[in-house]
Amino acid sequence: MTRIYVPIDSAALALGADAVAQAIASEALKRGLDVQLVRNGSRGLFYLEPLVEVETPDGRIGYSNVDVEDVVSLFDAGFHEGSAHEKNVGIVDEIPYLKNQQRLTFARIGITDPLSIDDYVALGGLHGLRNVLDMNGDAVCAALLDSGLRGRGGAAFPAGIKWKTVRGALADQKYIVCNADEGDSGTFSDRLVMESDPYMLIEGMIIAGVAVGATKGYIYVRSEYPHSIATLNRAIDKARDAGWLGASVLGTSHEFELYVAKGAGAYVCGEETALLESLEGKRGIVRAKPPVPALTGLYGKPTVINNVITLATVPIIFAKGAAFYRDFGMGRSRGTLPFQIAGNVKQGGLVELAFGVTLRELIYTYGDGTASGRPARAVQVGGPLGTYLPESQWDIPLDYEEYAKVGAVVGHGGLVVHDDTSNLAELAQYAMHFCALESCGKCTPCRIGSTRGEEVIAKIREGDTSVKQITLLRELCDTMVSGSLCAMGGMTPFPVMSALDHFPEDFGLPRTPAQKAA
Amino acid sequence: MTHPQLSAAASAEIVRRHAVQGATLMTILHAIQDEVGYVPETAIAPLAQTLSLSRAEVHGVLTYYHHFRSAPPARVTVQLCRAEACRSMGTEALKDHIEGHTGCRFDSGHAEETELESVFCLGQCALSPAMTINGELHARVTPAKFDRLYAAAQTKVAEVTA
Repeated sequence: MTRIYVPIDSAALALGADAVAQAIASEALKRGLDVQLVRNGSRGLFYLEPLVEVETPDGRIGYSNVDVEDVVSLFDAGFHEGSAHEKNVGIVDEIPYLKNQQRLTFARIGITDPLSIDDYVALGGLHGLRNVLDMNGDAVCAALLDSGLRGRGGAAFPAGIKWKTVRGALADQKYIVCNADEGDSGTFSDRLVMESDPYMLIEGMIIAGVAVGATKGYIYVRSEYPHSIATLNRAIDKARDAGWLGASVLGTSHEFELYVAKGAGAYVCGEETALLESLEGKRGIVRAKPPVPALTGLYGKPTVINNVITLATVPIIFAKGAAFYRDFGMGRSRGTLPFQIAGNVKQGGLVELAFGVTLRELIYTYGDGTASGRPARAVQVGGPLGTYLPESQWDIPLDYEEYAKVGAVVGHGGLVVHDDTSNLAELAQYAMHFCALESCGKCTPCRIGSTRGEEVIAKIREGDTSVKQITLLRELCDTMVSGSLCAMGGMTPFPVMSALDHFPEDFGLPRTPAQKAA
Repeated sequence: MTHPQLSAAASAEIVRRHAVQGATLMTILHAIQDEVGYVPETAIAPLAQTLSLSRAEVHGVLTYYHHFRSAPPARVTVQLCRAEACRSMGTEALKDHIEGHTGCRFDSGHAEETELESVFCLGQCALSPAMTINGELHARVTPAKFDRLYAAAQTKVAEVTA
């Protein structure tokens, strides 16, 4: 019997993986071959999708970018025995893109059927939770702090402090909320976890619940991710049947129940307090802080609210120890970050590495340059609210503090590459336009400033490059940064200002002598 | 094809069915839209009554979120990602092509035959540009690929309604 893997992750589905799987099954039947088809998750090597893998004595051999039309020729060549074919990319684990990564959180991604509990446990799952069940909650929070894990959603707040605060709060009900409203363009690591290794997130949330004394958890997933929602719902049902969830977590006295909540297409709900409002069924309007959600969160109760990657990283920390995780990284940025190489790149995908790697390495060593073959010109790091970095900044180590020094943000680790045909003034105008579309409306600088910003940039692009217009734009950005409650209004100026500072020629302005030198 | 608004009685019945214990307004709105394809105006009053909210509050939530529709969807709905990663891969040129090919405009309100909607990120940023067509996700979309998918979607809808 031959085992053939065809991914079921939405990246593969978006390129026709379902039809490929059907074609393989029917062709095998026609030829009388004994083939077992497994729908695995994605390895995160999206540029190879649909990546079909065949199990051989030497390891799993990959066939990349498989189309329905390739299936007959693959069988003719004997691909079910791992033989040569133009689509053969060799042993998948040996592909440098994958092999050279430091996959901690994503160690299991894409290897097996995402919904198989047996596979999850066989590949190291549940160790973390079992260890935590033998620990005191204070010790769990201390170990998390010791691991150096900071919020991976972008804010980089130490997760251990958040957990400790919730644990210390007195309340009749506490909650664990997972922020899976991954709306930033250039990011897909949350989605990959939910679709390709959902039990890891579930385990992380149970650990959080046990540690802080919360008995209910919610995963708030954006409505644009229907595949994630479906996979999570099925995984939660199976986890419940397996005794992980419910009145007695793995037979202990701990209680934990988990639910999926669906967003409805509001970008600002990725902000934690807007998310809580939305989870309560209301308009996703940002709340003023303090009080922080750790004390007054969902329905006014103490709430741990963490991003998917933060919670998904918790199991390995408790399986292998805080020191193991902390030993990766640099400075105060400990551990690894799943970088997401996106936009105009040849080899887009997920690259998990310790902090400290540079953009140049990610774009060229992993991304292999632009998809268009033209020179790369600007990279936006950290989503739509992150800055555009010119080539002179591509050698700065990716570390929260090093990036902060140049006014940039690492954020969620998403990189969007733009080639030399890009117009940064147009992208700056788009940033303001997006803010105007998605502002929740609570803060005036964000609600109105974004529309005015779009207008001012439009005027500049039409040729009014007077000092007055530029000053107006800078002062408007300053007002938005200082006068908005959350990152929507407070950080939309980041891409705008970085575009203006580093690419003035796109606005019709001369480069300064310093810029010319760079 | 016309889509008459649901009657008040039919809406009330749907609300009653979905307003289970512990369900929030958002959850119920999703359930209604998943079943009917949109949230009928006639559902607002029974929702407000069931959840002890004002009709204004229900209307507020319904219109705050881009996902909820107040009118039935078109026969073919195209959602094209217009965010940064897709922009870097020519989604704006693709948008022009789609408008030319379909004769429709993006975000121009409701149409019966084809509706074009801008969305911002479908999570396929390494495989840009991305879009959905009647909910089905597609990545690395080119003008030729769009034309093929659009024709297929139209045929499929015609078969279903025939």
